[in-house]
Amino acid sequence: MDKLPIKMKAVDLNAWFSGKQALSKINMDVYSNKVTAVIGPSGCGKSTFVRNLNRLHETIPGATVEGAVFLDEENIFKPRYDLVDLRRRVGMVFQKPTPFPTMSIYENAAAGIKLAGRVPRPVVDQAVETALKQAALWNEVKDCLDKPGIGLSGGQQQRLCIARTLAVRPEVILLDEPCSALDPISTGKIEELIHELKKEYAIVIVTHNMQQAARVADFTGFFLLGELVEFDVTGKIFTAPRDKRTEDYVTGRFG
Amino acid sequence: MIDSKLKEKAAFAILLAATIIVIAPVALILAIILINGLPALSFEFLFSIPRDGMRGGGIFPALVGTFYLIVGTALFAIPFGILAAIYLNEYAQRNRLTRAIELAIINLSGVPSIVYGLFGLSLFVEFLGFGASILAGSLTLAIMTLPVIITATREALSAVPRSFREVSFSLGASRWQTVRGVVLPNAIPGILTGTILGLSRAAGETAPILFTVAAFYLPKLPTSVYDQAMALPYHIYVLSTQVPNVSVKVQYGTVLVLVGMIFILNIVASYIRSYFRKKKTW
Ligand SMILES: Nc1ncnc2c1ncn2[C@@H]1O[C@H](COP(=O)(O)OP(=O)(O)O)[C@@H](O)[C@H]1O
Ligand SMILES: [Mg+2]
Repeated sequence: MDKLPIKMKAVDLNAWFSGKQALSKINMDVYSNKVTAVIGPSGCGKSTFVRNLNRLHETIPGATVEGAVFLDEENIFKPRYDLVDLRRRVGMVFQKPTPFPTMSIYENAAAGIKLAGRVPRPVVDQAVETALKQAALWNEVKDCLDKPGIGLSGGQQQRLCIARTLAVRPEVILLDEPCSALDPISTGKIEELIHELKKEYAIVIVTHNMQQAARVADFTGFFLLGELVEFDVTGKIFTAPRDKRTEDYVTGRFG
Repeated sequence: MIDSKLKEKAAFAILLAATIIVIAPVALILAIILINGLPALSFEFLFSIPRDGMRGGGIFPALVGTFYLIVGTALFAIPFGILAAIYLNEYAQRNRLTRAIELAIINLSGVPSIVYGLFGLSLFVEFLGFGASILAGSLTLAIMTLPVIITATREALSAVPRSFREVSFSLGASRWQTVRGVVLPNAIPGILTGTILGLSRAAGETAPILFTVAAFYLPKLPTSVYDQAMALPYHIYVLSTQVPNVSVKVQYGTVLVLVGMIFILNIVASYIRSYFRKKKTW
């Protein structure tokens, strides 16, 4: 654990919603080319944590934050840190599949690229194709790229959202319960995808499904009431947790 | 058992009666306007100038004047209204100042239209020296319409789920890119509907144009924005109160044209609304 390259590092991270504390003193690392799972009962601050890794938390009125998060050893909370750059390097996929309803499949996949300014059409075409292939969606949609993105099934929509994130070529991917709205088959596809993606990216996945964490994650952090109770190699969290509360949670005694 | 069935029937009867009482006067008014107005409608009536001291001829100058006023109102009210709404909804901090502005906008939409008319008279006609003109009238109507457009636009913007904005931010979009690329395209139907309804209300107003643009009788078309113009609502007022012995046919014909115009605008607005509501999926 010590020798692994650290991609992101939260140091004494605290976060509030209108004065109500949602995260307390979180210290946690995210490693390159590894999948890190964030587990815990609902309302424990999992989403709040990952939403601080791309500084989306503070876009909510009344939301505040203290502490530091390092991306490649640079504190993303330092004054005048470039938020656009941060969010392009740290991409995010949300719980509910949210393709933009007014856009086609192609436009959805290209939405992030086009924000950066004028990009020649062949370059966009190439990026869209690569991203859709990475997201294991290309074969299903290559003949209907002009159809609306919301016409796809839920699982396809979520993979489209993953493609949209990948197309920006991030370094870290945050997935906030990406499968909770999906059927088991789509979930399986996305888990496979995560296995593929970690070859190139650092991945953080929030899940309330412990089997899922056990299947996909190299490391797992257990959150409870806004605190990081325990962080370790996934196997240890599930078989030999050090903290009684972790044990209770992973054995299903609460949560 | 029987009791509850009876109550159900009574409730149904009362609701139906209430609906009929509400609809009947509107239907009656429309019927009277149609019956009396339709015989007057003709190509000549629509496209020729009034004659015989407005007792005959057509209403072309008033029709054109009202058209110019709608266009002028739209030119001023739509851009400012939409931009202000975007600012208030997407940019402004929630603080005392924005709440005061919001309260002011709500109250502005309740101000009687004659007050807007007097305001337009003192600001545009006199102080800014535009004189009674299409410019002054359009500006007055625009100010009256702004709160409607701002409120409708804000509602349409608020209806776009926050999740779309978050996705856009998460892709590295700035606030303006988010508004342009994601929020506005999803809000356009609501904005259009509200805007058209606001304009159609402006088209039928008399008080705001009374001192700012409306001409009693002007048998030629305006040639510049500084010209006075006839307008349908004021023309109706003139025909029914200021000129003796105008035939009922001419009066109702004019009313029918104005009501028809507003009706068409409203139908377009509700068509847009229902068309996009069917397509909406979030
Ligand atoms: N937009 C918000 N406004 C106020 N409180 C919030 C908001 N989002 C989350 N919270 C609160 O913060 C805490 C952590 O929430 P969250 O991070 O969403 O939990 P999780 O993702 O683990 O279910 C909860 O108590 C929740 O009620
Ligand atoms: Mg959550």
